Formats: sequence, C-alpha cells, structure tokens
Amino acid sequence: MKYDIIVAGAGHAGCEAALASAKLGLKTILLTINVDKIALMPCNPSIGGLGKSQLVRELDALGGQMAKTADNTLIQIKVLNRSKGPAVQALRAQIDKKEYEIEMKRILENTQNLTLRQGTINKILVKNSKVFGIETESGLIFRSEAVVITAGTFLRGRIIIGEKDYKAGRMGEYPAMNLTRNLIDLNFNIGRFQTATPPRIDKRTIDFSKTIVQYGDREPLSFSFWDEEKIYENIDCYLTYTNKKTHKIIAQNIEKSPIRSGMVDTHGPRHCPSIDRKVINFPGKKRHPVFIEPEGAHTGEMYLQGLTTSMPAEIQQKIVNSVEGLENARIIRPGYAVEYDYVIPNQLNFTLESKNIENLYFAGQINGTSGYEEAAAQGLIAGINAALKVQGRSHMVLTRDTSYIGVLIDDLLTKDLIEPYRMYTSRAEYRLILRSDNADIRLCGLGNSIGLITDCQYEKVRRKEEKTNKLVSKLQNIILNPDKKNNEILKKIGTSSIDTPLNIYKLLKRPEIRIYDLVDYFIGKRSRYDKGVLEQAETRIKYEGYINRQLAEIKKLGDLERYYLLPNLDYFKIIGLTYEAQEKLTKIKPNTLGQASRIAGVSPADISILMLNLKGRSKKVFN
Amino acid sequence: MEAEINDTIVAVGTRAGEAAIGIVKLSGSRSIFIADKIFKSKNKKKIKDINTYSMIYGHIVDNEGHLIDEVIVTVMKNPGSYTREDVVEINCHGGIIATTKTMELCIENGARIADPGEFTKRAFLNGRIDLSQAEAVIDLVRSRTEQSLRLAAKNLRGNIKEEINRLRKNLFDIRVKLEARVDFIEEDLEVTPYQEITKEIIKIRAELEELIMNEKKGEIIKNGVKIAIIGKPNVGKSSLLNLLSRKEKAIVTPIPGTTRDAVEEILYVEGIPLILIDTAGIRKTRSTIEKIGVDKSLKHIDEAELILLVLDGNRKLEQIDLQIINKIKGKSIICCINKIDLKQKLEVERIRNYFSEKYIIKISALKGKGIKKLENKIKYVILGKGDIDLEEKIIINSRHKEKLEEVKKSLNRAVEAVENKMSEEFPSYDLKTAFELLGEIIGETAREDILEKIFSQFCIGK
Repeated sequence: MKYDIIVAGAGHAGCEAALASAKLGLKTILLTINVDKIALMPCNPSIGGLGKSQLVRELDALGGQMAKTADNTLIQIKVLNRSKGPAVQALRAQIDKKEYEIEMKRILENTQNLTLRQGTINKILVKNSKVFGIETESGLIFRSEAVVITAGTFLRGRIIIGEKDYKAGRMGEYPAMNLTRNLIDLNFNIGRFQTATPPRIDKRTIDFSKTIVQYGDREPLSFSFWDEEKIYENIDCYLTYTNKKTHKIIAQNIEKSPIRSGMVDTHGPRHCPSIDRKVINFPGKKRHPVFIEPEGAHTGEMYLQGLTTSMPAEIQQKIVNSVEGLENARIIRPGYAVEYDYVIPNQLNFTLESKNIENLYFAGQINGTSGYEEAAAQGLIAGINAALKVQGRSHMVLTRDTSYIGVLIDDLLTKDLIEPYRMYTSRAEYRLILRSDNADIRLCGLGNSIGLITDCQYEKVRRKEEKTNKLVSKLQNIILNPDKKNNEILKKIGTSSIDTPLNIYKLLKRPEIRIYDLVDYFIGKRSRYDKGVLEQAETRIKYEGYINRQLAEIKKLGDLERYYLLPNLDYFKIIGLTYEAQEKLTKIKPNTLGQASRIAGVSPADISILMLNLKGRSKKVFN
Repeated sequence: MEAEINDTIVAVGTRAGEAAIGIVKLSGSRSIFIADKIFKSKNKKKIKDINTYSMIYGHIVDNEGHLIDEVIVTVMKNPGSYTREDVVEINCHGGIIATTKTMELCIENGARIADPGEFTKRAFLNGRIDLSQAEAVIDLVRSRTEQSLRLAAKNLRGNIKEEINRLRKNLFDIRVKLEARVDFIEEDLEVTPYQEITKEIIKIRAELEELIMNEKKGEIIKNGVKIAIIGKPNVGKSSLLNLLSRKEKAIVTPIPGTTRDAVEEILYVEGIPLILIDTAGIRKTRSTIEKIGVDKSLKHIDEAELILLVLDGNRKLEQIDLQIINKIKGKSIICCINKIDLKQKLEVERIRNYFSEKYIIKISALKGKGIKKLENKIKYVILGKGDIDLEEKIIINSRHKEKLEEVKKSLNRAVEAVENKMSEEFPSYDLKTAFELLGEIIGETAREDILEKIFSQFCIGK
C-alpha cells in the first residue's frame, strides 16, 4: 500500500494537512484511531476569538478548510472588541459540534486523492534518517514519501477525574500508547502537558431567568473570504457567576482536586485554568464568570465555559449546583483532565518538518499547542510543505511579519514552552498590519502560487486591493472648500467645520469620522463600493502613521528572515560568539538569522558575527 | 538591530584630537541625499550633481540656517567606495564640536549612527574585502562592541541606569494594563480605566523630559569639559587662565550658541574643548568665601569636571585656603602651587594631607614655568589613563540623545492616541517602542513577556 503522504490523526490539524496534500494532487491517506471521530471539538464549542480568528482567516486565505466549515455549521457569531481598532477585532462563532464533524467528514470523503482509514500508528518507518512509511498497531505497513503526525492528545493519553485515571486519548477513546516509545527511539525529546475541560449539563435543568443572555451579532458576517456574508439565526448563550458557596465547596474539597492530590503534576494552560486553581490563586475574587454555551442545535447538552474542573464527579455536581441558575442542573458528562506527551517543537523546521528525520512532519497539539485554530493552522502548513517536498518544489515558510501563522510557528520553534501555547494578538508584534480583514490581501497570492487558491479567487482579491488603492487616491483628490454647504454637512456628521480647503483623505483622519459618512455626502452612493473596499481604505487612511511605522520596523530588520542557517552548523567553531550564544544556538538550531536573533541570550553583536561568518556560504536550508 | 544593511550610516572618521581635519563619513543609499540637505556649496551646486571622486567646497548649515562649519565634501559613488555603497565624506575643521554637530545633523536628516566596525562590516558584506579578512573584521566588531558597551555603561551618569530601568518598568506595567484590556476583554478583570492609564503615560513622559534635561546638562559635546580655577584673591588665577589660553590662542574658537556668561576662555587639549572658568571676576564683588559659596562659584565648582586649585607659594596657608579646600572636597582636583619664582613660604607638607603628590604641580604663571607639566596633568585627568576612547564616548552620548528623543516622540504619540480616543493597541505599540528604545540605551535587548505578567496579575480563564 503505497501513498505519497500519510497523515496520522484526523483532528483539526490532520484534516487540514490531508486536504491540502490531496488538493495539491498527492495521493494521501488519513489514518485515525476511530473514523467516527473526525474533526472533534472535545472542549469548547466555538471557533475564533482574539488572535485565533486571525489564524482562521489566514488559513482561509491560503486555501484551508476550517473557516468554510465553521460558516456552514455555526449557530451564533459575533465580533469581539468591536469598539477597538480593526487589528484587534475578532470573530467568534459558536459551532454545532456534531454538524462540524459530519461536514468535515463529508468533505474528506469527497476530496480526490484522499483516502480515509481507521488505524493507529505503532511505528514510524525510517531509513537513513528519512521516513518511508508507517506500521499500524494491527501490523499493516503503509509506505509513503512523507508522514505528517497530528496525534493531538493521544500520545500516552491519560484521563483524570478526581482520584480515578484511565488510559485514553479523549474521554472514551483509545490512546496511542506505542508511538511515544518509537519517537524516543528516533531521538526525539518528549515533554508532557495537561489540559482539562468543564462538565456538560442538561439544558432542561437550567433556570435561564437567573442568567444574562449573550446574544450574537445580527449583521452580515462570515469567517471565510469565499462565503457570502449573511445574518445568522443565532442561538443564545448565557452568563452566570460562581459565588461564595461555590468557592467554599471547592476549598473544602481541594484535597480531592487532582492539582492538589498529586494525580496531575504536569503544566496546564494558564489561559484556561480550572475553577479549582482560580479559587486557590485568587482568593480575593468574589465571583468568576460562567458562560453557558450550547454544544449544538440538536442537543440539550450545554458547555460550562469557566467551570473547568477534574474534581471527583460528585463534587463537580455540587460545584455546578452552587451556581446561580444551575441549582437543579444535572451533569450529562463530567469535566476531566487529560495528560499527554508532546514533541518539543524546537526540533522542527519552519516547515514543521523534523530537523533530524527527513520528510517527517508534526502539526497540532502534539507540538505543544492548545486550541483548534492553532492546530488547524499548523496542519495546513505541514500538509502544504510535505506535499511541496514530495513534488520537489521549494518550501513555503511564513514569517512573523507576514502572518499570525508565522508568529505561531516561530514562537514554537524559538521559545521554551512552559504550557500549552495559545495565540493572542499581543504575541504578534506587527499586529496592526496583520489584521483579519486583510488576511486575503496578505496571503492569497501565496495560496495561489502554492495551488490551493484558484486564479479566480486570487483575481477577486486583487480587484479588491486595486479598488482600495483607487479609492484611497481618489479621496486625496477630492478637496472640500470651506463653504457653507460643506460645513453644514460636516456639522451633520458631527465634526468641526473647516476654514481652509481640505481633502477628504485628511478629513477621514479625524477620529470621529467614519468613511461611510463621507461616502454618502461627498463621493457618491455607498453601494458603488464593497464594504470590504471601504473598510480597507478607511483603515489604511486612519491608521496610516501606525501602519507605516510597523512597515518601517519590518523593513529595518531587512533580510534576516531570509538568511538561512545550515542545520549542521557547528556554532562552537564560530569565532567571536559568546559561549552563551554558542550554547543556545546549538540547542535551538535556528532556521534563519531572524530566528536566531529572537533567541534569549543571543545578542545583536552575535547576529552580526554570524552574518559575517556565513557570508558567501550556502543559503540552502531544511535538509 | 545592527544587522540591517539598507539604511544609511554616519560616523566621525577621525579620532578626536588626532588631526586638524575631522571627517564625518556617510555610507548608504541615502548618503548623498542626506548630505545635500545640510550642505550649501559656494557655487550652488548639489552634491548629487558632481562626479564621483570629486570634491566640492561649501558650508554645513543646520535646519534653522545657522552656519556650522566651512567644509570640503568628497563623493564616492557606489561601487567605487570602501563600502561599495554611496559614500560622502565631509571634511570639517578639527575638534569635536564641528564634527559632532555635523554628525547630529546627518542623523536628524535620516542617517543612523554606525555601529562599531560597521563600515568595515559593510565593506565585507558587499564583497569589497575578501574572506581571508573576515576574522579581522569579526574581531573588530566584537572588540569594538564590547568596548562600546563598557563605555556606554561607564558613561551612564550615576543613577541614570536605575532611572531608565524604572521608566521601563513603569512602561511595562502600563502595557500590561492596556494589553489585558485587548486580549482578555471577556474576562471579568478589574482593570484600570483607560483615562487613568493616560495619566500614567503623561507622568512617565514628564519624568522622561526631566531625564533628558539632566542628560543635556551633563553633555560633554555641547559644553566641553568644564574646568574651574579656584583660589583666594591674588593667587594668580587670572594669570594662569591667560597663560593657558594665550598659548592656544591660534585654535581658540567661539562656539556658536554657547552661553558665554560664565565662560572665560575655551581651549583645546587633544581636540577636547576645555572651558576654563575663572572665578576671579566673581570674587571682586564678594569679600568672603562664604558669600562666594552661595553665589555662582559654588555652582561652577559643582558643575566642573576638574578643579584647578591655585595656592600662593609665597604666602603661608590661611584659614580661607582650608575653607576652599573643604568646599571642593570629593571633586577631581589639581593643586597648583603658584609663584614658585618667589620665596616659598607655603607649608607643602600640610598640602600633602589633602592631595596626593601626583596632583600637586608647582608653577609660575608669570614666568610660564611648569605649564607644560600642568597641561599634561589636565590631559591625564580628562582623558584618563588613555583607555577612554573619546570619540566613542561622544558617539555614545549622541546615540543616547537620539534614542531619548525618540522615546519622547513615542510617548507623545501614545498620549495623542489616547486623546484621540484610539483604542488600547495603538498607545500600547507606542509604549512598546519607547520601552525597547530605553532598553537599547542600557544594553537590554531581551524581549519582555507581557502575557506572563497578565497571567500572574489577573485571574484569566473564562
């Protein structure tokens, strides 16, 4: 059984990897422990959020799947940070989990070159430091040119509820027990993380009158650039709070909490602590929010965002019932913690290929990340690069100055992970230009050259960009005279009058003015311009100074990101580097000079010296 | 970041005091453009219009139209230059003031101060120097960088480093508050209201302004090295001043814009402007040292980097001498015993209780005796034991100044952003820029971890 590419694991990373590879024309097989469990959302029933929404948009601009499936299965959508600038706004959608799984499976099954098959990897087959296939636990051998491992939390997965623990990848599912041993044999450094999920309760047992309704937005929205924006029939979410009683129950039973009892001693994500930990760490806080979110349109199960715990089931019931509105709530499934192995990601290249074993890629939670979006983004990058490598084409690498995906991968490869990694807008130093709204302009060209974005799609984006440019220069050329008529309009818009001629471009820089006001009065009907074009132009004009400063900052860093470092470079032989720099560089083995410059302990002088040493030597990289 | 290659760099190409001509060198794609902005030729020609390897005569003029220096400019267009980039060399008159001012003008017009060894580095990267010379370049970069860092640290006046660190910490704390309001908007966080945060930014800006003011006071470039001549009446202070300055008269030049009220004479030693302040003029209106103490003299003593204490060898040590010695305690002092041509009555043994032998110089201001020795001693004290590279020191000063001004601009933008009701991510970016610039001054380039602080400070996890 010979394939071009094997993808192991059909979660969010695996699905994107397999779809990308198959769409690029490679014979691809997607192996998963259970084909009934495709693209599961085992934790929160939502996609998007701050930082994450940008990842989904970028994925979409490169030809990924997540945004489209989210649009097709969402049951509520809203814009977060609406009162702030466009760079930190984000979409978040509540998703019908079951629909999402069904939809994703349907897409996989209808994609050419893609085979879906049940099977657990036992062993990665490697010869001369190059992968040539895998062996399943049932003894089957699949040969391939490249392998993408997207095992999620399944490596030696262990589930913990109170004082009980089980070997499982997710609740009720078999873990992958042998692959870790195999990875260690292949000289990979393995770490162990933990994460947890809250209990789900029966909708019929909630007293919604005691909660605050959380509505979705009623305006045309979509995750994908390629789906038409529409107004959704939102299903509501609800907000309630924990109280003194809740905190007392937790305090009284804290010894039974796995974080205290010693059942779990690995690091979990600090952005998503259990209610146990919140009560311990912030004793002064009188209440913690609990968001009640539907798991789908056709189920009565409700997710309790904020009430994550892996206390014994009976304590969980007490905790839930102490919360206002949930006095009579019945748990359908309890919360739990899961502990799993991950591959320390500094062993990977920017393509997500292993530095030591050629054609072996890793993506998703196995790389120490948290979140569906982070997983999907890596899956796409690994899938694309595996495919490009097999096709003999040059790799695709995203840098920090082009995308959140670049930030994600660079952070994984460069920083020491102390907890599962979640994206935030504050991680992206160039976030004022890496916006959700321009992800298509930033990345569609690349997606098109790879082959996942059609010419027609790319043309659409180019037209949007062109129209934006035209509109911006048009606004510079429309000059308002300080006459009575114009000043009356300005008054109507709610801004001060002018006493010298002023072009609309400059007028738009006033904080109180929106482009829509000006278009109506001075440029002609709003309908002549797409919303997308108007908003691009407005952002470019209003935040011109900031955007230019960030662009200048990027330019200043120059070619560092394109200056590749050979993987076998002996840093101890480079004269002039400090010992600390030699050590750090040897440990991380950065792909580029840019990455080297971000390693703690490597100074600008070290970078200068590296640059001088490498001048004139090979620029080829990644094996 | 020093590895950038596309920008235009500037440096003073001759070491301070080594030559009568000081060369300000520009290299990079914008060097001709920048030079043309500050240079006015006699024949109205632009530098961009002259041929490579040719020279042009004219003046350096600052943005307000003030004349800085009379210069000759040489152009070497790429690739026919040391760095294989467009290079402009501005030949100024020797000394520090003209070259420094010219360099600062280049910076104001878009150049960046060259990093240590950067001209050579560029020459190498652009293929001007071959690979066999690489090691020498690396050594140069490393050693110059280290020297530069050492000097930078040395050059930070007293508690400046702590002051900068404190400002950085405050900036960081504000960013934590701003960022918490961006990325954790749905959390139930008790965050400071936005308007309160503005007040904090404005407070930091005021502190920065104070820092800049203080820095300016201590600047060697504008003020030169201040030397105060102190002593009781009739010990020969004025004669000493005249002697020291007359000897150098040929190269004494007035500094445009310098406040001259207290400056008596300026002379150059090794190209460093020494500002000799004679306190004699002041004492005429005052009768006792106590009164002088409350007057300007005390201020001069305070500001002087070096004090020339003049004692009369022809008279016994008096109470007033001891009072003066007491006033100047803790300063850098050279004790000049004057009038050695007359009968010596001064108890030199008692003087040795206060000053080490090394810093006691016997002179005759009237006869010009011991003056060479005194000059050498002044040089020794000002330049140190020869391990202080003055040019480097000046560059560091300019670099600090440049950075501090940029920090101020960033803070202004942050305040403006908040006033214009722009949301948190904008001032946060400005504060980040300010934070990083301040870090560069004290050599701290590590990235800060905002999220780390947010997680420890706030209860996250809705």
